[in-house]
Amino acid sequence: MAFEEKQAWALGVIAVVGYAVYVVLVLNGAAGRPLVEAPYVGAMLWTILFGIVAGIVSGIWFGIASRNDGLQADERDREIGRFGDHIGQSFVVIGGVSAMALAMFEAPYFWIANVLYLCFVLSAVLGSVAKIVFYRRGML
Amino acid sequence: MKPTKVTNSIRALRFARGEMKQADLAAAIGVTRQTLIAIEQGKYSPSLEVAFKIARVFEVSLEEVFQYPEEEEL
Repeated sequence: MAFEEKQAWALGVIAVVGYAVYVVLVLNGAAGRPLVEAPYVGAMLWTILFGIVAGIVSGIWFGIASRNDGLQADERDREIGRFGDHIGQSFVVIGGVSAMALAMFEAPYFWIANVLYLCFVLSAVLGSVAKIVFYRRGML
Repeated sequence: MKPTKVTNSIRALRFARGEMKQADLAAAIGVTRQTLIAIEQGKYSPSLEVAFKIARVFEVSLEEVFQYPEEEEL
């Protein structure tokens, strides 16, 4: 498996795990209250930080593990990376537009922050899935 | 994903060259072994630059490495 494909798997899994932990923390924090009253800022910041740190650590880990494999990325990896990121970014746009619409309707901050976070996660997951599909099925 | 109509003879050329290893060819043309496998299997169409590098390694013309069917065959 190519170094960049391993990295795509890792980033996809990290995004899903991080968001799952966030959802559990917020649901537990709600403790029967309406969801908008649940404390979410701390959980959101910590899981975002976890995602960034885990992404860096996985990159270093895979880099060390494949240090003897010679070249780690080439034109195909760069093309797949670009296409994958391009596909994933569609959710960043959807998130931005959704947050803008929610702000216009004066929705609670909870929903604005959460729609943005969810779309960042979906962007990372979709981007990773697209890259893995390109690696597995080919990119012509 | 639509399959490419470009075929290649890299595998045959490698074997004609004393069973040249994929890793050696990949290193010679500056791509990873995974990319060379993808090219050989027709899952990735390389850039023109890489295609020329492959042809130069085998000292053959580009069309001896890569083939594209005539219009009536498409």
